[in-house]
Amino acid sequence: MQEKSQKLVDHLFRHESGKMVAVLTRVFGLENLELAQDVVQETMIKALNDWRFEIPQNPNGWLYRVAKNKAIDILRRNRKISSSSPQLQVLLQSEWSLSPTIENLFLEEEIQDSQLRMIFSCCHPSLKLEAQIALTLKTLCGFSHKEIASAFLTNEETISKRIQRAKKKIIQENIPLEVPLGKALHKRLKAVLKSIYLLFNEGYYSANSNTVIKKDICLEAMRLTILLISHPNTNTPSTHALLSLMCFHAARFEARTNEAGEVILLPFQNRKLWNKELIEKGFYHFQFSQKGIVTEYHLEAAIASIHCTAEHYEETNWKTILSLYDQLLTLKPSPIIKLNRAIALGKVIGPVKAIQELLKLAELKENTIYHTTLGDFYKECGEDCKAQECYQLAYDCAQTEPEKKFLLGKIGKD
Amino acid sequence: MNEFLLLFRGGDGRAVQQSPDEMQAHMQKWGAWMHGLGEQGKLLGGQPLKNEGKVLEKGGEVITDGPFAEGKEIVGGYLLIKAENFNEAVEISKACPIFEFDGTVEVREIQPMDL
Repeated sequence: MQEKSQKLVDHLFRHESGKMVAVLTRVFGLENLELAQDVVQETMIKALNDWRFEIPQNPNGWLYRVAKNKAIDILRRNRKISSSSPQLQVLLQSEWSLSPTIENLFLEEEIQDSQLRMIFSCCHPSLKLEAQIALTLKTLCGFSHKEIASAFLTNEETISKRIQRAKKKIIQENIPLEVPLGKALHKRLKAVLKSIYLLFNEGYYSANSNTVIKKDICLEAMRLTILLISHPNTNTPSTHALLSLMCFHAARFEARTNEAGEVILLPFQNRKLWNKELIEKGFYHFQFSQKGIVTEYHLEAAIASIHCTAEHYEETNWKTILSLYDQLLTLKPSPIIKLNRAIALGKVIGPVKAIQELLKLAELKENTIYHTTLGDFYKECGEDCKAQECYQLAYDCAQTEPEKKFLLGKIGKD
Repeated sequence: MNEFLLLFRGGDGRAVQQSPDEMQAHMQKWGAWMHGLGEQGKLLGGQPLKNEGKVLEKGGEVITDGPFAEGKEIVGGYLLIKAENFNEAVEISKACPIFEFDGTVEVREIQPMDL
């Protein structure tokens, strides 16, 4: 039973702690984020103790009740706690309205509202991007410092410091816990979408081999985007484009690694393992993204959709992909996009042209995929020697065991 | 904007036999009423009061238990609000859930003390 309740608490912690932290932060004010996190932590510890012999029928309700009571106790002991808005504060200071107000904040609709506010605070432009992502994972997604550290391939201390600095900054800059309105909303939503996009990429492309954490990060990024879609002010074509993109990528999740956690590259993936439901969802959201300006999310979603609908790698519509990469380059001229464009170019025009383009990308001299790609094109041209050199460079740049193993295979075989 | 004190007498759900659900429903109404005032920025504060108390007289020489008043006349709580004028303060008070249990609301304007 101990183990079973431990598992249940772990599961609930992920899913409920973010919600409760968001609500309690609205109660105590963003400057007391730590207090909100402490209350949630204590609630979870109490659950772990009390559920040792019997798990309540409604575990969520149990957790909310404990958290509510703890919050009420704290507010009674310290009537001066500032809360996230003056209107809320006066309601929380009076015994007439204290309990009903807390009760109300724990209703589903208000929980969503609190989470939405929290997204905008965690992704506030005055915080560094890496801090935004760490803070989002910690406060909204219920990740431990250890899990975040493992996703970022760094240590717990670095993450703790990063989060501490972010919390300080929130207080210094007086960052509000609110969804901005009017003109400010458009700009801020753009920043939020970018952070969530990076959060997803962190999970999807992380060199970490722990697939469970990677997948959880991606699912959380999707959950936050769905939350944005459920609110009329943040339900925009770009938000749908982002979710569409994530659905297409997530659809390939199971096919990207083998049982040993080793990376399987796109050409070698078993396409039967791709999740059809997620691909359908991708198209569903893509159709709602068609109004307004074309963003990088639109183009990346379109590219991913073409990969998702090709039955075999050889049958991929590279021409369309190439033209989409051309458009994407005008929006976001990054080396990685140039690399991907060169791959498409190689498929459409031929390896010689692709090699020419790839050799211009000096920025990627330490990127293992760059060298691997270059090696593959050399091999296609019959220049096996040059290919071998590239694979060796790729091996030297590789960061993870699965990658190294994959490259050793190439070096050995050729 | 002027400030007003609302004094609540009687209408105390505690004196009536109520199920916990009924009690909670009643308290939700107080919460909702005050929530509305809070949203408009008209709520300044206030608390419900316990029935027991002490009354001090003659410089504290004489101390007696509890208000002398009858149940209906005991002050059960107070609220401090903002309103344009007396009329608005009265209108606000009309929606008070205290009338569910036959209580009364006394509306008094705060006296600014200019020295």
